[in-house]
Amino acid sequence: MTIYDTIDEVREELSKCMKCGNCMEVCPVYLETRSEGSVARGKIRLIDALLSGDLEYTKGLEERIGLCLTCMACVAKCPCGVKVDKIIFGTRAAIVKNRGLHPIKKAIFSVVKRPMLFNIGMKAGGMFQGLVFRKHVSVTGAHPRFPFGLDMRRIIPPLAAKPLRSQLPDVVKVPNPVKKVAFFTGCSMNFLYDQAGRDVVEVLKRNNIEITVPKDQHCCGMPILAHGDAETALEMAKSHIDIFSKLDVEHIVTACGSCGTTFQHHYVEMLKDDPEYAERARNVAAKIIDISDYIVKVTGIDESKLGTLDMTVTYHDPCHLNRGMGVKDSPRDILKKIPGLKFVEMKNADRCCGSAGSFSLTHYDLSMDIHHHKSDAIKATDADAVVTGCGACIMQLADGMNRFNMNLPMFHTVQILAKSYEAKENEKK
Amino acid sequence: MDKNIINELVSILGSENVLTSKEDKINYSYDATPDVQRYEPDVVVTPSSKDEVVKLVKLASKYKVPLVTRGSGTNLSGGTIPVDGGIVLSMLKLDRIIEIDAANLTATVEPGLVIQRLNEAVAPLGLIYPPDPGTVTTATMGGSVSECSGGLRGLKYGVTKDYVMGLEMVMPGGEMIYTGGKTVKNVSGYDLTKLFTGSEGTLGIITEIIVKLIPAPKYRRSMLVIFDDLDKAGKTIADIISNKVIPATLEIMDNVTIRTVENYSKIGLPVDAEAVLVIEVDGSIEAVVLNEFDTVNSICTGNGAVSVKLAESDSDRDAIFAARRAALPALAQVRPTTILEDATVPRSRIPEMLKAIKDIAEKYKIRIGTFGHAGDGNLHPTILTDESDKEEMARVHKAIDEIFSTAIKLGGTLSGEHGIGMAKSKYMEMQFGSSGMNVMKKIKQALDPDNIMNPGKVFWRG
Repeated sequence: MTIYDTIDEVREELSKCMKCGNCMEVCPVYLETRSEGSVARGKIRLIDALLSGDLEYTKGLEERIGLCLTCMACVAKCPCGVKVDKIIFGTRAAIVKNRGLHPIKKAIFSVVKRPMLFNIGMKAGGMFQGLVFRKHVSVTGAHPRFPFGLDMRRIIPPLAAKPLRSQLPDVVKVPNPVKKVAFFTGCSMNFLYDQAGRDVVEVLKRNNIEITVPKDQHCCGMPILAHGDAETALEMAKSHIDIFSKLDVEHIVTACGSCGTTFQHHYVEMLKDDPEYAERARNVAAKIIDISDYIVKVTGIDESKLGTLDMTVTYHDPCHLNRGMGVKDSPRDILKKIPGLKFVEMKNADRCCGSAGSFSLTHYDLSMDIHHHKSDAIKATDADAVVTGCGACIMQLADGMNRFNMNLPMFHTVQILAKSYEAKENEKK
Repeated sequence: MDKNIINELVSILGSENVLTSKEDKINYSYDATPDVQRYEPDVVVTPSSKDEVVKLVKLASKYKVPLVTRGSGTNLSGGTIPVDGGIVLSMLKLDRIIEIDAANLTATVEPGLVIQRLNEAVAPLGLIYPPDPGTVTTATMGGSVSECSGGLRGLKYGVTKDYVMGLEMVMPGGEMIYTGGKTVKNVSGYDLTKLFTGSEGTLGIITEIIVKLIPAPKYRRSMLVIFDDLDKAGKTIADIISNKVIPATLEIMDNVTIRTVENYSKIGLPVDAEAVLVIEVDGSIEAVVLNEFDTVNSICTGNGAVSVKLAESDSDRDAIFAARRAALPALAQVRPTTILEDATVPRSRIPEMLKAIKDIAEKYKIRIGTFGHAGDGNLHPTILTDESDKEEMARVHKAIDEIFSTAIKLGGTLSGEHGIGMAKSKYMEMQFGSSGMNVMKKIKQALDPDNIMNPGKVFWRG
């Protein structure tokens, strides 16, 4: 049995919590609300009450369990090792079973889970986005023209004119490849930040890596799982295990912490009792590696390829890349190796930016209150660009820049590396 | 609860600050205390000004409704559990630093401020607020004053009551009073500041606190010392003090704790060691600090320490303190329920107390890891158990009874720093006798005749 089959499976995690309240030090939501129901300890007590029959599946419970970024800061802090994210995911799945899924989310998720429909929809979006979004003047982005579930104040990045996967061949060949990898693009690189996606490919190519980009890959399912639609997420997990386990590659490279965490941890958990999938899910999980880790730990950074970049940057740790996949040093190692580039550590770099995927859509004000600390920390570094390793964070950071009157460009770590390679080429010329 | 009371609360605070849902009642029915019953309040309120607090207290007095004041709810005595229902008063919105007075070395703060925020604010001035309970990053000033929290630096720097200089309180009935002030010397009348500090919310509600700050010590040296014999460790503690060195930190961990920490974090502690001491000396004159450090080092060696590991750098120091800080998390992961006690004895009796705890654990066949502040005699016997196992819990309760009676027999006290609350009230008469309890009861009755301030705490109901 998994936590998604029955909420009873979270009991053991619940019983580990000693209610010390150390989670109050780090929970970004609690630090804004300072209300007991919004911190891990309080949620755990509510779920305890639910399982002991003291509390029903109420709207109040749903709201409080919804107040979690799954940033895992409490998990890292917890002296008892309580896996709070697991408890939240399991409980959200049980809430959906008992209270149903919000009709709008249901409609969105049913499209997202059907790759073809989602891809066509987003492609059409790329062509017709001017109808729905009005361009924002100061940064690359747009405001929604109509209130279709998004906050009207929010800046939405423009959709790629042509999704990344349509721009790439099935296999990106290099002469005499030293290794073969598959690339899981994730939605943000496929539909929004296709330049960063092309840079992943570019950086791998320059290191003589052959890249397979399966065309039938789709959304990893994290947004759906986070909202408790475990049934849909399970179908998506199986589909990805089918797609990726048949590839003859040493690694599967991701460039988004949430996607990577989903493959590494959530698929394994969801499929652990499935005789047909469990082992393959573990094998796929073992091959997952973030692009920055791949460059630092597998290929190694060849400093002779690096050109000078005259810029000062700071780095924001995406929660799922850092605490989900354990990748914290590699992006910094890359940045610090680049000649001319000045790296300035921001205060609390590993604190959540407040995005948490669609949390920023459903709880916009709270999300921006949380983000405020991030933008203050960025401002204090005097950096002229912000680097991070996750599309959802870039989206949130961009929106925050607009909200708090800053105008710094944002890059994925791999984009900076690609720029440095390019600078070297230009130096040679 | 009378609907009128709720309506009046709403008119004072606005409906968003008056919480009555089932979920909210559950969320304010507990604190960090293990093995105590939960009780739900009738309503939770979140005032944001002292005016509102005064109005609330007047209302509660009029209707004789219990008022339970709460900060972050990190206490370990059941101090914020509303045993008679009523109103839980969350003070977290009163969290301003009102003033930092560098000339008088004081800070004036509101009770909902997290202790660490004060430390962050005074650090740039080269000052510290020394009380540092384990919950320094989560607990509030109001809560720590109400419980008179201690911490790792108690031996040299004292505890919360040594730093509270003045209080602004709302008394039952709604009158506001001021005690103490910014002057170092102050003998005008009864020392009400000391009376209210550590009174666990049973006498009134704190709305403002004046605390003393001190210059941050500039130099510090730390070491980790391993002993194969408890008595040698005990003698070392006594010798350090009698050689006129007062370390800022003098912590001990027993064998069960050492094993558990080593198993948890693999930091290279010998699992057969009987005791580990973590010692830090500090001060503002480097030569003095180094001299004290040498003295401590030679006392440890002279008493037959198996090894003395000196911190040569900040990262060495961090590693040493990480071992001590890992004690509670490591112990907490062994079993589902972790009961952290704080029985305290005069420091010369520490070896006896540690041995007694070991015997008690064997007698009742339970697992107890002990660590704590050896320098000030404040030990944390930590019982690793499982609340759902009724038979084992019965043995645990007997063991706890015996730990407390032993502490008192050795000239100690029930609680060094966690407070009495509901968790330890049944032992109070054992320590104070009926006449001692009567004095406390008279104070309580005189100040809170209707018993609305945190009822069911400190005094045992039987």
